[in-house]
Amino acid sequence: MAATTETQQALKDIGGDYKHGFVTDIEMDVAPKGLNEDVVRMISAKKGEPEWLLDWRLEAFRKWGKEEEPEWAKVHYPAIDFQDIHYYAAPKKKDGPKSLDEVDPELLDTYAKLGIPIKEQEVLAGVMGSPNIAVDAVFDSVSVATTYKKKLEEMGIIFGSFSEAVKTHPELIRKYLGSVVPVSDNFYATLNSAVFSDGTFVYVPKGVRCPMELSTYFRINTKETGQFERTLIIADEGSYVSYLEGCTAPMRDENQLHAAVVELIALDNAEIKYSTVQNWYPGDKNGKGGIYNFVTKRGACRGVNSKISWTQVETGSAITWKYPSCILQGDNSQGEFYSVAITNNMQQADTGTKMIHIGKNTRSRIISKGISAGRGQNTYRGLVRVMAGAENARNYTQCDSLLMGDKCGAHTVPYIEVKNPSAQIEHEATTSKISEDQLFYCLQRGLTQEEAVSMIVNGFCKEVMQNLPMEFAVEAQKLLGISLEGSVG
Amino acid sequence: MLEIKNLHAAVDGKEILKGLDLTVKAGEVHAIMGPNGSGKSTLAYVLAGRAGYEVTEGSVTYGGKDLLEMSADERARDGVFLGFQYPVELPGVNGMTFLRTAANAVRRHRGLPELDGIDFLKLLRQKASLLEMDDSLLKRAVNVGFSGGEKKRNEIAQMAVLDPTLMVLDETDSGLDIDALKVVSKGINALRGPDKATVLVTHYQRLLSYVEPDFVHILARGKIVASGGKELALELERDGYVNYVPEAA
Repeated sequence: MAATTETQQALKDIGGDYKHGFVTDIEMDVAPKGLNEDVVRMISAKKGEPEWLLDWRLEAFRKWGKEEEPEWAKVHYPAIDFQDIHYYAAPKKKDGPKSLDEVDPELLDTYAKLGIPIKEQEVLAGVMGSPNIAVDAVFDSVSVATTYKKKLEEMGIIFGSFSEAVKTHPELIRKYLGSVVPVSDNFYATLNSAVFSDGTFVYVPKGVRCPMELSTYFRINTKETGQFERTLIIADEGSYVSYLEGCTAPMRDENQLHAAVVELIALDNAEIKYSTVQNWYPGDKNGKGGIYNFVTKRGACRGVNSKISWTQVETGSAITWKYPSCILQGDNSQGEFYSVAITNNMQQADTGTKMIHIGKNTRSRIISKGISAGRGQNTYRGLVRVMAGAENARNYTQCDSLLMGDKCGAHTVPYIEVKNPSAQIEHEATTSKISEDQLFYCLQRGLTQEEAVSMIVNGFCKEVMQNLPMEFAVEAQKLLGISLEGSVG
Repeated sequence: MLEIKNLHAAVDGKEILKGLDLTVKAGEVHAIMGPNGSGKSTLAYVLAGRAGYEVTEGSVTYGGKDLLEMSADERARDGVFLGFQYPVELPGVNGMTFLRTAANAVRRHRGLPELDGIDFLKLLRQKASLLEMDDSLLKRAVNVGFSGGEKKRNEIAQMAVLDPTLMVLDETDSGLDIDALKVVSKGINALRGPDKATVLVTHYQRLLSYVEPDFVHILARGKIVASGGKELALELERDGYVNYVPEAA
């Protein structure tokens, strides 16, 4: 509720323009455009990586040269010139900030401008008593501030930048990196493996329940710099962790490529909850500019009774190509995928999930809500695969599409492959429009057109939104309203 | 408060209202009765400003303002409330959230501070006890899975919270059993006041035994064809519309 009035205020504030359209001027350390072995070596050297990791990157780079871009998704865009992209950019720093005084004030200002309800600014500013959200702030590729680390360290939880973890916990990285998304998984994942700059590493030890939501804000900042984040989260036996990821980006004309890889590993009786609110610049009304978001996210439920739950609210990006998936290997393991994807104006989204049932009694649940407005094209693409050994596997899939206007499109492409006769698979799908009756009813109670649309859409997405942690829910509700501004009437 | 002059309105190019005149003063309750298809619901929708209900001629003045110049949501915020004949379902939209958003939109318009969750709940409890209703309906998604009676009670609860000036109730009595009719009538009566006015659109006299009207009008073929006091409703109950609408015989 508060969110809708806030949406109204936000709409006024931005006057219809993208809220986060500003560029921070910080001296950059930028690699020359293009990709070759030298650039890969430079990235690795910049980070002071061990030999094995450089070799891993080089192997990926060589494989990448032989792979082709996927063309099966229902998205259209001009060919990307991969030699016209900077593959590394980092804010210059001395020895790394020891205290917040060393953090560039302009950087803090950037966070202030983002104006997001989660209290990172306070956390970053070191305000005592600020909320229990640990922030590993990623500012263009390199982590500049990590907070709450001590508190987490006491519990044995490792939460920090990926590059730092390479130095401090090489054995964990070496064991798990690429174990869920192999180097040669797909074109973008392979590219990421060669050039990933930084990202987040989380390890929760046996039996530990992480007491706070771990949160990272990604922000693309350097002009024409692809972002290649790498995230690895490991939940050891009997542990639990909830991770939040959110993004905003400055407005610009060049298309920006973002190809992140996220790997999750849940061991016996462990649970990982991964939530995303994605609000990257979607391009203007005519489809100029905007982020290309080609992301590979996959979780492995390796252990018995393990659980991985993906929740995503995708409102931004010109093109979204993203299928957060679960490999249900351990017996009795569970996978969940809750998704809201909005495409407005010229946005295109091809998103969904894969649930691979390998272990016995594995269960998966897919709730997908697609909203298309303007000339947006929204595709749900999902795979439910039950392997021969997966006795008593169960899946429930619900795909609902909401159309606003008559120039947009909604598409549902479910794949179901069952190799075990004991499987129970359910698939439900609906397509609807916001009815004139509903709008008039809201207007007659005094709501403006925007409030009415925001309210109806948030209602449509409720089953997904209620899975978001509180810190994110309010922000996500606001985003739905803002993203659909002007799409009716 | 409300002055309708020579109102002509069309839906899909078909003229439904054909020169309707009606004056409603503050403090009054007017009942509009008439056979099916006479234009009763069209009148209610025209007053509320629904898209697709095109006014082709005439004027409507509300509190000195040209009502027809205002958008549907402006009218609502300015105190015009329509109780729907068929309240609309809003899946996933919590009733409390919906009503608080609406109440705050109205309050902003009136220059009052917005209510936070706690103050809103207090207001809601106060109104609910006035109407002898519990607020459990508002904890569910708006109208979803409600019975006919629950939907109508919910309309009255919303009306009580929004505290409108002009209440237009479109067949609020339809589909109600006698107990629900009593509850709803009690709600409508509780909201009567010297600076408020009510227009009841109804088929039947039975609502009018609980909500006593000051005036009764018969709407037929898009016009008011007769007006009188509450005895007119009783006459209609006895004789039907035959004396006023020859083709109804």
